[in-house]
Amino acid sequence: MIDLSEEKLIDVNKLATYFHTEEGTVKAVDGISFEIYPGETLGIVGESGCGKSVTSLSIMRLIESPPGQIENGEIMFNGKDLTKLSQKEMRKIRGNDISMIFQEPMTSLNPVYTVGDQIMEAILIHKDVNKKQARQQAIDMLTKVGIPLPEQRVDEYPHQLSGGMRQRVMIAMALSCDPQLLIADEPTTALDVTIQAQILELMNGLKRQFGMAIMMITHDLGVIAEVSDRVAVMYAGKIVEYTDVKTLYGDPKHPYTWGLMHSIPHIEKDLDRLLAIPGNVPNPLNFPTGCKYNTRCQFATDKCRTDEPDIEEVEEGHHVACWHIDKLEEAKQEEDKSA
Amino acid sequence: MEWTDVVRRLFTNKLSVFGLVIVIFFAIVAIFAPWIAPPADPDQPFEIPRSGWKIQPTPPDADNIFGTTEGSYDIFYGMVWGSRTAFRIGFIVVGISTIIGIFVGTISAFYGGWFDEIMMRVTDVFMSIPFLVAALVLTAILGKGLDKVMIALIVFGWMGTARLMRSQVLEIKAEEFIDAAYALGAGDTRIIFKHVLLNCIFPVLIQACMRMGSMVITAATLSFLGVGAPQGYADWGQMISFARNWIIGTQGNPLTFWYTLIIPGTAILLFSLSWNLIGDAFRDILDPKLQ
Repeated sequence: MIDLSEEKLIDVNKLATYFHTEEGTVKAVDGISFEIYPGETLGIVGESGCGKSVTSLSIMRLIESPPGQIENGEIMFNGKDLTKLSQKEMRKIRGNDISMIFQEPMTSLNPVYTVGDQIMEAILIHKDVNKKQARQQAIDMLTKVGIPLPEQRVDEYPHQLSGGMRQRVMIAMALSCDPQLLIADEPTTALDVTIQAQILELMNGLKRQFGMAIMMITHDLGVIAEVSDRVAVMYAGKIVEYTDVKTLYGDPKHPYTWGLMHSIPHIEKDLDRLLAIPGNVPNPLNFPTGCKYNTRCQFATDKCRTDEPDIEEVEEGHHVACWHIDKLEEAKQEEDKSA
Repeated sequence: MEWTDVVRRLFTNKLSVFGLVIVIFFAIVAIFAPWIAPPADPDQPFEIPRSGWKIQPTPPDADNIFGTTEGSYDIFYGMVWGSRTAFRIGFIVVGISTIIGIFVGTISAFYGGWFDEIMMRVTDVFMSIPFLVAALVLTAILGKGLDKVMIALIVFGWMGTARLMRSQVLEIKAEEFIDAAYALGAGDTRIIFKHVLLNCIFPVLIQACMRMGSMVITAATLSFLGVGAPQGYADWGQMISFARNWIIGTQGNPLTFWYTLIIPGTAILLFSLSWNLIGDAFRDILDPKLQ
């Protein structure tokens, strides 16, 4: 368990990132706050288009601008506000203090360079070493991420490797400068289930070995359960529920989270149909007024349609943004009775 | 890919071998020109020697093995030293215009926005003028001489490369590995030179290879139209230009003066054909995406 009294590694405060498009302003991330402690894994979960990736790109300051713009908020990292740094200062942090791995291992490696060249690139940018030392470090990294015959693989091109191998290479690249925070943007989505498990296990192992924190972005609740210490559930650019992983799965307090949990098949329960949350994620150009979940929420009242709830700490370490936590409790009790 | 692998593949493709053989042949001729056709005045080797002042061409004989063309210029000498001219035009024009095109295309695609808009409209303006007319007018303004021809061909010859390069860079810029490189802390310069250029360069190099031939044809066209090399300068276009009055031959026999036309024409044809064949072969070999 993570000691929460420790110094925060990164503290995101009321971050808002908007995209000013021709059709209007898209509030991709709209005032979210969370923090990551050294050595923990924070899961960020949500449907496509809820702002998970924009959050991570905002931390990296890799939002394409224009049209994207960090409008508000601060990202405190090692005593510095990342939103106020120049691109030059950010370049020293990227790959060195904060690294990122991407969803598609097939396309996130440059096809014209050997994997060794690409791992060496990060080392050569941030460390004061010569090419020979960098190559040796690249081979060491390949060994650490579990690639067999690293001396041979280092000279191979990405197309000679399988998807899982490439994701291992991506991880090796990201960890080559020993970062304090690793942002993993759906690192397993493009992989087979068996390879997924291997990669997650590898990441967990490396996290312990390197003592870094991980921000795991995914839409896969199974992945979150496997690796996270705490979880933030995002919906339409906001965090709707934010707590530790056990509480989230055992006692979800936001109707959206509850709906998500019910849409997972359970091995013990014999169900004819799985629950599906009705409707779609609202169009980001035209979010509903009030709570953004009100169009799909079975407990929605008039209040939900006019006023937007703020995220509040309802129990210790359990933050929820909902007006009607009590209604969900009733629904849960009824469910238990009928079961 | 290993260098030896490239060479091996180049030599297994029959058409590219054919192209290579021709280019190597011309290269040897160009390199050994002073021995193959010793110039009368070593300071002015590009002056084609004249065996007299006769206007009418004379057929091949022992003294002039390819015959003489209008004005008694020796065709053999013109062909040999003209190969140097052809390579010079090709390399300089294609080299400089390709570099300009790569530069314009890359920075306008990479930085985008209003800058891209301005650069592309400038490119459009250059493209809207018919190439041959533009080159002809500019050469006429600059004056006679091969260097003027080359300047004109460069000024109006970079737009195709710029557009090709721009489209390539736009495609590569959206690739995830560019984001990944930024996420590793790489800056713009490193990303352009290391990640973007090498991924975009092959189509441009192939196009450049194919333009080697067409630029030589265009330079020959300008010479034929009379704005190219000065009279008597060893240049294949000039040799064809000399043949202008003799193309139709004599009455009843259109092939009387065949050697004035067929010999330089064949040289130009083979030269540009061979570059095209090599360009094709290189495309098959070098493009990592086709492997």
